[in-house]
Amino acid sequence: MTARSGVWLVVMVVALVLVPVLIGSPFYVNLASQVLIYAILAMSLNLLVGFGGLTSLGHAAYLGFAAYVTIYLTTLAGFGQFSGALIALVATTGLAMLFGFLALRASGLGFLMITLALGQILWGLAFRWVSLTGGDNGLGGMQRPHPFGIDLGDPNAFYYFALCFFLVAFAGIALFVRSPFGHSLRGSRDQPRRMRALGYNVWFVQWCGFVYAGFWGAIAGILYAYYNQFVSPHALNLMTSAETLLMVIAGGAGTLFGPIVGAVLVVVLKNVVSAYIARWVMLLGAVFVMIVLFMPEGLVPGTTRWTKLALGRRRRAAGGGPGEATGTAAVQERSS
Amino acid sequence: MNFWVIQGLNGLAFGSLLFILAAGFSLIFGLMRVANLAHGAFFMLGAYVGLSAIDNGMNFWVAILIGGLTVCVLGGVMEGLILRRLAGQPLAQVLVTLGIAFIIADGCLWLWSGDPRPLPMPSELQGVLRFGGLIFPKYRLFVVVVAVCLAGALWLLLERSRVGAMIRAGVDDMEMARVMGIRTSLLFPLVFCLGSALAGAGGVLAGPILSVYPSMDTDMLPMALVVVILGGVGSLGGAFVGALVIGFIYSYGQALVPDLAYVILFLPMVLVLTIRPTGLFGRRLV
Amino acid sequence: MSELALDVDGLGKNFGGLPAVRDVVLKVELGERHLLLGPNGAGKTTLFNLIAGDIRPSTGSIRLFGRDVTRMRTDQRTHMGVARTYQIITLFAESTLTHNVVMSLTGLSRCRFDPFTSLDRRTGFRERAREVLATVGLEHLADRKVSETSYGERRRLEIAMAMAQEPSLLLLDEPLAGLSADERGEVQRLLESIPRSVTIVMIEHDMDVALAFADRITVMQRGAVVVEGNRAEVVADPKTKEVYLGH
Repeated sequence: MTARSGVWLVVMVVALVLVPVLIGSPFYVNLASQVLIYAILAMSLNLLVGFGGLTSLGHAAYLGFAAYVTIYLTTLAGFGQFSGALIALVATTGLAMLFGFLALRASGLGFLMITLALGQILWGLAFRWVSLTGGDNGLGGMQRPHPFGIDLGDPNAFYYFALCFFLVAFAGIALFVRSPFGHSLRGSRDQPRRMRALGYNVWFVQWCGFVYAGFWGAIAGILYAYYNQFVSPHALNLMTSAETLLMVIAGGAGTLFGPIVGAVLVVVLKNVVSAYIARWVMLLGAVFVMIVLFMPEGLVPGTTRWTKLALGRRRRAAGGGPGEATGTAAVQERSS
Repeated sequence: MNFWVIQGLNGLAFGSLLFILAAGFSLIFGLMRVANLAHGAFFMLGAYVGLSAIDNGMNFWVAILIGGLTVCVLGGVMEGLILRRLAGQPLAQVLVTLGIAFIIADGCLWLWSGDPRPLPMPSELQGVLRFGGLIFPKYRLFVVVVAVCLAGALWLLLERSRVGAMIRAGVDDMEMARVMGIRTSLLFPLVFCLGSALAGAGGVLAGPILSVYPSMDTDMLPMALVVVILGGVGSLGGAFVGALVIGFIYSYGQALVPDLAYVILFLPMVLVLTIRPTGLFGRRLV
Repeated sequence: MSELALDVDGLGKNFGGLPAVRDVVLKVELGERHLLLGPNGAGKTTLFNLIAGDIRPSTGSIRLFGRDVTRMRTDQRTHMGVARTYQIITLFAESTLTHNVVMSLTGLSRCRFDPFTSLDRRTGFRERAREVLATVGLEHLADRKVSETSYGERRRLEIAMAMAQEPSLLLLDEPLAGLSADERGEVQRLLESIPRSVTIVMIEHDMDVALAFADRITVMQRGAVVVEGNRAEVVADPKTKEVYLGH
């Protein structure tokens, strides 16, 4: 961890803890909770897209599946809050194991198409298997849990609850990215053939990355269930997967902070825009096209590059060297 | 007995529609390595345009023409203005097509509102044919005939014409095709427009069977993907067989296990990926 | 025959019906320096890819140190002691030289599955990587990115990454190609310093260096073995001249 990102980390944590104090209004605190949940989801997808080079268009599967299982078990099947969440976590991770096995039969566009199709299976199940899932009406009637006697019905309490998970997820993923295994995943993205020759089982490395991403997606899904106390096929549809992918790419795939910035951007934009006009989907599409055409590396690397250029110019004027260029672009092509 | 025959014809008709949709997708993907995720939206847009044409007093055949042409032009514009700028970046291209798919889908919702609308079938194809005590709706038979004719025409185009030879060479090995002097600047727009036109006209053709409704695009796109994964990329025969398999499964599934019909659609894909990841007709999925 | 490091028998590979490698028999003893010669397109690199496991043979078998590895994955063969360099350089271009060698070291270490601790904290790997870089004369560039090094330096890094794994069988695909005369001399000395516990199979076009280095030589043409023997035998064989002077 470099000194600069360390400073950023402290600033981020302090700001996040202060959010409810600074905002006050329950509406915006709830919005902040949503941002945290989607940020976890986007960070988990970033493991695949950014660090694994595996662009998935089916990541809503883990969010929705975990949410459905959580709500089904705690409301209809009579499980307790903790055991219900735990089973949902295990089941969703198991689902990621299966989906990973299937999707990694291909790479590149094939991988993308298979993840899209697999995600659509779950959507179809939720939508059509009415007796189990409630169909289009979804499942509801769930209570937020009361861990240690704290009532999570309170917006602030729920925010801090979500923040705990967010920070653990962030730390887990930050560690993962720097770990030998994280480097294996990135190496498999950049030079799969070389990695095999160096003794790495590239398929297994990518599969583990896939499952790990599914695990954190499940955490986001359980929080989603608690937050909304309701789930419908909407949580599983292609729009949700696409929004998540947009968060990753808009913020900057392959960076630690990018997906968080992307989640803020998309969630805020969605809520603000929806309040004024009904054309959120069209805007989402337009943002997609614009990002790909004009800022393919995403906001975080893009602005970092610009500031570095500006700083470098100033520093060079003062006799210093240029800053080093970093950042991986998701949309730029990788050598194979 | 009757049940199996009727559902068989339904499956055949649905498979025919899927073939028309998937053939364009597969051709574009095979040649240009562009996974056009707007293909489902093209299909839906074609259906809506056809619907408006009929609302404005034109007959069904003109509606098919207009639906196909509109989407053809749109596809050409999209290829020329956007996809070409991103040549050689398949991931960027696929994300752009996804964005455009959302824009089209939301635009359709805006222009045509959210209510499902039946697309009236032409009067000459209404009614049924009776054959040996069985009843066949004329329109579904017609759709099957169209798909078979289209498959034949595409086969002739690919196997017997100069352009087709170029397309086949490009699908097999783009680099080699370029070395041999095949100009992609002509071939790519041509194939993209052709595939788009098929999607648009297919949408109108599907209207009387599926009716026209807002989530038609996201319903159909995954099926096209499954057909292509099943049949193998860029393979016309693969798309044909894949579409029929999916058509039958969907039709019988819907009648026998309606809750799970949509899910068992994907079982063949899961099976093929597990056993033979190259698809039934052998080209590797990128 | 257990003293063979590499035992290739009846090996064949077809690409779309065209044979790239045909019925190749290759026996390399432990500690031997074996040279593969032949014009471009003779199937030498394809043979390497088959031995390393990048592609599966259509016919025949491959044994490494007495064990049948024909159906084994590349990474499994690497763990058995195979290391290779590539003709076309495949390195982690945006990483430092040290990191490249560290990736090579972790590839054989169990810690490659560790998702929690920072790789940078594992100073043992870094020190070992620097030692290996020193053996190929690149220690002064250890913290430079690969993309900022010269072609010759990358070639040496390739060899360093292979040597870092302390292989028992080293496959070198044209290690001298594209190097200046000075660099050739350096790499040549480097190769000569490799202990005899390592078996080496090498593809090389620079005859002077290659012939001086090799114990035994196999000449290939159009996917098949034409001549096989020690230096004198191969040089004396008229078929060798035929391959090289055309027919």
